[in-house]
Amino acid sequence: MDNTTALPISIRSLTKKYGDLFALKAVDLEIRSGEFLTLLGPSGSGKTTLLMAIAGFNHPDSGSIRFGDAEMVLTPPHKRDVGMVFQSYALFPHMSVAENVGFPLKLRGMAVTERKARVEEALDTVQLSGLGKRGIDQLSGGQRQRVALARAFVFRPRILLMDEPLSALDKKLREQMQIELKHIHRQLGVTTVYVTHDQREALTMSDRIAVINHGELAQVDTPEAIYNKPANEFVADFIGESTMLQLTQDSAGRLTFGDSVVASEAPDPSHKDWSLVIRPERLRVLAKDASAGDRHVIFSGTVTDAVFQGETAFALVKLTGGSTLVVRFGTGAVSEGSRLEAGQSVSVGLIRDDLILIPSDSAQ
Amino acid sequence: MTQTASTTGQAQALNEVALAGQERREQWTLLGLSTPAILVIAIVVLVPVGWLFYLSFVGSDGEFSLEHYKKMIEYKSYARVFMTTFQVSLLTTLICILLGYPLAYFLAHLPGRWTGLFMLAVLLPFWTSLLVRTYAWLVLLQRKGLLNDLAMQIGLWDSPIKLVHNMTGTLIGMAHIMLPFLVLPLYGAMKKIEPDMMHAASNLGASPIRSFWNVYFPLSVSGLVAGALIVFVLCLGFYVTPAVLGGGRVVMVATQITAILEYRFDWGAASALGVVLLIATIGVLYLAGRFFKFDSALFGKG
Amino acid sequence: MSWWTQPATQTQITHGDRFWLYVTAAIIMLLLVIPTFIVVPMSFSDSQYLAFPPETWSVRWYEEYFGSRKWMRATVTSVKIGTLTTLVATPLGTMAAYALFVSGHRAARAIFMLLITPMIVPVILIAIGAFYAFGRMGLNNSITGLVLAHTAMATPLVMILITAALRSYDLNQERVARSLGASRVKAFFMVTLPQIKFSVVTAALLSFLTSFDEVIISIFISGGSNATLTKHMFAALRDFIDPTIAAISTIMVAVSTVLLLTTQFIGSKKS
Repeated sequence: MDNTTALPISIRSLTKKYGDLFALKAVDLEIRSGEFLTLLGPSGSGKTTLLMAIAGFNHPDSGSIRFGDAEMVLTPPHKRDVGMVFQSYALFPHMSVAENVGFPLKLRGMAVTERKARVEEALDTVQLSGLGKRGIDQLSGGQRQRVALARAFVFRPRILLMDEPLSALDKKLREQMQIELKHIHRQLGVTTVYVTHDQREALTMSDRIAVINHGELAQVDTPEAIYNKPANEFVADFIGESTMLQLTQDSAGRLTFGDSVVASEAPDPSHKDWSLVIRPERLRVLAKDASAGDRHVIFSGTVTDAVFQGETAFALVKLTGGSTLVVRFGTGAVSEGSRLEAGQSVSVGLIRDDLILIPSDSAQ
Repeated sequence: MTQTASTTGQAQALNEVALAGQERREQWTLLGLSTPAILVIAIVVLVPVGWLFYLSFVGSDGEFSLEHYKKMIEYKSYARVFMTTFQVSLLTTLICILLGYPLAYFLAHLPGRWTGLFMLAVLLPFWTSLLVRTYAWLVLLQRKGLLNDLAMQIGLWDSPIKLVHNMTGTLIGMAHIMLPFLVLPLYGAMKKIEPDMMHAASNLGASPIRSFWNVYFPLSVSGLVAGALIVFVLCLGFYVTPAVLGGGRVVMVATQITAILEYRFDWGAASALGVVLLIATIGVLYLAGRFFKFDSALFGKG
Repeated sequence: MSWWTQPATQTQITHGDRFWLYVTAAIIMLLLVIPTFIVVPMSFSDSQYLAFPPETWSVRWYEEYFGSRKWMRATVTSVKIGTLTTLVATPLGTMAAYALFVSGHRAARAIFMLLITPMIVPVILIAIGAFYAFGRMGLNNSITGLVLAHTAMATPLVMILITAALRSYDLNQERVARSLGASRVKAFFMVTLPQIKFSVVTAALLSFLTSFDEVIISIFISGGSNATLTKHMFAALRDFIDPTIAAISTIMVAVSTVLLLTTQFIGSKKS
């Protein structure tokens, strides 16, 4: 299918209050035509409110939602031409699979023969060919999910919205569906907005991720950028594992932690307080005699726990200053790390090129 | 005005007015769907009851007066009516609790396939006209009725006993009509008690009787109170059964109200009595509501 | 191991321990059911007096009933009013229940409470109130007045049943339908209604019964050629015992039983 049906979504200063609480606080978001954008945030962050506003199910207090050039914020849901998949799938139990998928086509007055062909085509896309006559109660969880998806795109909407569609599936099926959804998205080329609270799911599937917290966008970027260059403490903490170390700026303007000099200058001189975000898998256990030189920032401490987890293992290292670092390493090759034992003194290093420095924000 | 300007930095936030208008329109359309029902209930219940409330404060001279309420305090006959009403309601409720609790317990512990069948024993009377059931009791309890025949045959008593047109008959009939109102909410509450609770109790060494009183009964109390309350409140205003089975000897508030209208056509007095009945009903519900939380809706007829 | 010594629950109680519970429950259930059905054999008695069991059997009371203009007219009135009440109360209550359930408005709860007042206000008060007010509106002894009053009594029942049905229904289905292109009205009729239809049917049957069995309001506001069956029955019960009542009662019990079994059948088919 070609991409001409996809539409960009432009959201401007969208605000929604429940009583005194902001569910959405002047949100601005540009969703590109045909992209897979994930709204990621903890529960109550406003991600679902934003999705429902795009679908037209809740009225924002103010703001604008444009599909392409058309202002949609006042348009009722049934005139928005938006496909939607709910967490509960919300399949119609009084209709067969084919009737469910054909429902939007029937509403659009499509002739029966054409409708049949389109339904079969959609079921084919989600790998459910030939199951049209089944009742909803005869389907497994994964199959229901696929029917809900087919029903949402069968009428070729310009925008597809999904509200945690995989959360009811077990882990294995969920991971399989993530890949499949991504595949279907590429095939359809439709602008897709996806809501989840599962960061791994967001990292796996998205072209871009919009991290949302307290009704505000914390960061909008590609999965790599969100992971490697978190814009603030919230994103650094919410995405991936991390340890955050509060740095101090010495008289020479250097950022230090204990005895270690982390950076010779702050990335942005206008901000005074900085934190170092450490991803456990970026830490290297250094040989005792290794001269780390300028390549690494070095932390020394004592191993308090060493935990084997199968494909990876991790160790907790208590630093002299009192903070605890998590060091994660693969178990594929017997590495220096796998020899760690509790009680052992150790030095760990972080490659200077990989440093993630973010402005401290005591408000978070 | 100034507040809007300062918070948003412009006179009006984007689409604010249009969105608010749409929200309002949708809300009103939805609430509008309930207007026909509101109208009917206003015409049949709210306005007329309000009217009676007004009438109860109009004296025989057409001026505002408390005479109808004063009479209720001064006249002994009124006190007797209130006493009878309270007595009948309380006794009926007690009988219903005594009979209803074991029955609900039995029903709640039936295997699933039997529940439907035995539930019919409760639902069928519930769905049958109370006039028919009152009539049946009238026949059963009369001097030459089935009950007297049976009792004399097995030697319980020698000569026919007067079982109807008195308090006994009224209570029997009332209890029969009210029992389903107690059993249904109680059954609902008992069904919600997790069997695991009882297993846990017995695992912890409680004897069946102890685990019943310490675990099961407290958990079923909300359903019991809800049911008892419905019964009590319905009894307060009951008319048909006492009128027929009481045979004029059991005068409750509802009976008195009709009598006042029938013989004296005194709207003020009848209204005042009705207002007192309403206030008592609401008072009981309010008091109970303060002490217990109910999730079951009230079912009522009679 | 016999049934007697088998455990009745997963704790240590056996059916034998429960013996007295079963006996008590059986007696209470008999006491509940017998008076409901005792009218059946009585109605086939030949005697003027209500003896039980009847010495000779006959259908004379049915002949009496079907031959009486008064009873026939009252029956027609009651059926007519019951039907009209069902036709009015079911959509009214369903509409209101749906609207109040879907709307998150602050007023919704208050309106709901307002609409179930007929269940809280003692019926005698509603009866005399309606009698008084209808007298001024010229609605006493009219079909309109009776249907109006019975609708007020049946609507709360409909609302409670429909609200319960909506609670166990996933409203997202309606949202999906709307996102797929159905207007709110279409979504309701195509998706929501088919799924709560069993409750709607039950509510309709209960509405009919509420009206058909209603006594007190009918005593006050029905009369003349529009007197209901229950009004005549009540008068007959209070003044003298006419065995025709047994025949009518039997018919009423039959109607109730059929309606109840219908709802039970629907309920079992649903699950």
